[in-house]
Amino acid sequence: MDEARIPRRGLSPRLWLAGGWLLLALLAAIFAPLVAPQDPLAQDLMLERLPPFWLDGAEPGYWLGTDSLGRDLLSRLIFGGRIAFIVAFAAAISACFIGSALGLIAGYFGGWADRIISRIVDVWMAFPPVLFAILLVAVLGTGLSSVILAIAIIDWTRFCRVIRAEAMSQARMDYVESARVAGYGRIGIMLREVLPNVLPSVVALLSLEMGIAVIVEAILSFVNLSISTDDPTWGSIIAEGRLSIHQAWWVLVFPLITLILTVLSFSQFGEALKARFDPVLR
Amino acid sequence: MVAKRLDEGESVQSDYARMLLQRFLVRLLTMLVTLFGVAIVVFVVIRVAPGDPIAMMLPPGASDDDIARLRALYGLDKSIVQQFFIWLGGVLHGDFGTSISLRQDVLGLVFDRLPATLELATVALLMAIAIGATAAILGARSRGTAIEAGIDIASGATLSIPDFLWGLVLILLFGVLVPVFDISGRVSPELDLPFVTQFYLVESILRLRFDLTWDLLKHMLMPAVALALPLAAIIAQLLKQSLKEVLDLDYVVLARVKGFSETQVILREALKNAALPTLTLAGVQFTFLIGGTVIVERLFSYEGLGNMAIDAVINRDLPLIQGIVLVFALLFVLINLAVDMMYALLNPRLRHG
Repeated sequence: MDEARIPRRGLSPRLWLAGGWLLLALLAAIFAPLVAPQDPLAQDLMLERLPPFWLDGAEPGYWLGTDSLGRDLLSRLIFGGRIAFIVAFAAAISACFIGSALGLIAGYFGGWADRIISRIVDVWMAFPPVLFAILLVAVLGTGLSSVILAIAIIDWTRFCRVIRAEAMSQARMDYVESARVAGYGRIGIMLREVLPNVLPSVVALLSLEMGIAVIVEAILSFVNLSISTDDPTWGSIIAEGRLSIHQAWWVLVFPLITLILTVLSFSQFGEALKARFDPVLR
Repeated sequence: MVAKRLDEGESVQSDYARMLLQRFLVRLLTMLVTLFGVAIVVFVVIRVAPGDPIAMMLPPGASDDDIARLRALYGLDKSIVQQFFIWLGGVLHGDFGTSISLRQDVLGLVFDRLPATLELATVALLMAIAIGATAAILGARSRGTAIEAGIDIASGATLSIPDFLWGLVLILLFGVLVPVFDISGRVSPELDLPFVTQFYLVESILRLRFDLTWDLLKHMLMPAVALALPLAAIIAQLLKQSLKEVLDLDYVVLARVKGFSETQVILREALKNAALPTLTLAGVQFTFLIGGTVIVERLFSYEGLGNMAIDAVINRDLPLIQGIVLVFALLFVLINLAVDMMYALLNPRLRHG
């Protein structure tokens, strides 16, 4: 087929915006101690509830204002990004690993393996996910690893369902049959032939799941069940902002904008990857 | 000849009925297995929890004797397997145990709060259908134009933002910036409520107390919109897609030739055939909406089941958590069962062969 006639996909302005925001937020989080204008934990009651820079009464150096304890909002958002990205990557990759492995086994081998794994997925889908997450973190104890583990334990089913269906249709294809005739073992075929073909779906889902993990972490912080209360997280800033909403709206507005941009960017990225890798669309 | 053909018709009918019944029974059986699985998972998860719920109930300085007695009272001195079967036996008789933090019958507490959540979820579902269907019809009507592109972008973005964030956005917009709606609670606390059930909204309408209906709706609107928006976006996308597919079929083209306007064609001819794929997916999505009530109720201090569930987790109220999770699970599987049966009843391909 003539390559030139196929419109180039994927490098849309939306993808640039999404990637740009994620890169910016990620770099700010990595270099937080260098970038943040203030110490995110430093309290100063003389500086409480300072408005953002364009309003009367703002202090230089406190660009987005301060919260009710006089802590710098921008610095807290930048440091909160560290937790958000650690959770996003670690939780999404763990969920992806568990879910893809089980989905591959269920879809490719079928039979009893499929029946058991599908039943477990049914049970998991019957839990309200947010309540399940809150319950798990309460059980595992608050902390970064508990949050990551809880999200992975809950969200692996997303990967499992998609990969199972993909692996099922791949397993019926001719190339799998010819690999079998050529004498490859079942596990060898699964890993060498089926896995690479379901990989595009996995990558797209992974990006979506990162956005979901960021939200779940924020929800857990919001109900005060995420990591220790000292470290700033986007959810804990939001929880504070919800309480002081009539006195200092900016404490809610800025973390909310940050979260929305991050979630939208992750999902746009996932959509773009799916479109790029999907053989039908391509 | 005629008699024979009638017989055939009847046997097709009874085959169809048998197929439906069989499908229903299989579904019912899997549903019970799923519920049993949920019961085991939640029971095990809670029992591995560190932290002693009994120690939290008693004042500091309670004697070991007191602790042991209370432990025996709640059955916590037995092995985990024994505890599970004692609890399961109770559940099968409608006894979900006693809440540790509220010291009341779990089933009673759940039934007191469930109506608030059901009313919220139902209002949200109706809103999602109304918004989603309107957007889909508008998009299908003006397919290929800027309006359709706008609807695509709007529904894509709406879909990506979860109910929790929509709730916060709405609190900022209509609670603070333009304070027109209530953002906290289920009903104004100063009002005198004549209700005998917990279905306040339904009862206020039945009693023709529209002042109370209005107050309830004003409280319900923001959380309901937060829950409805992501689902509305999914409905808009799916329904628009199937409408566009149906609109190219012969019978629709015929209707257009007969002189019906495009909107009439969509409403009279296309909609009923395009709705089926949306219905199947909307069922699963409705369970996600109900799952979302947990955090949205918290956000708006709405006194429903989800809000009580978070308190139960924070208080380590084991019997109450178990009861609430099981009720949610029951609701989810019932919705899936209902959608599946509706699909079987409405799908012409299943009906005719």
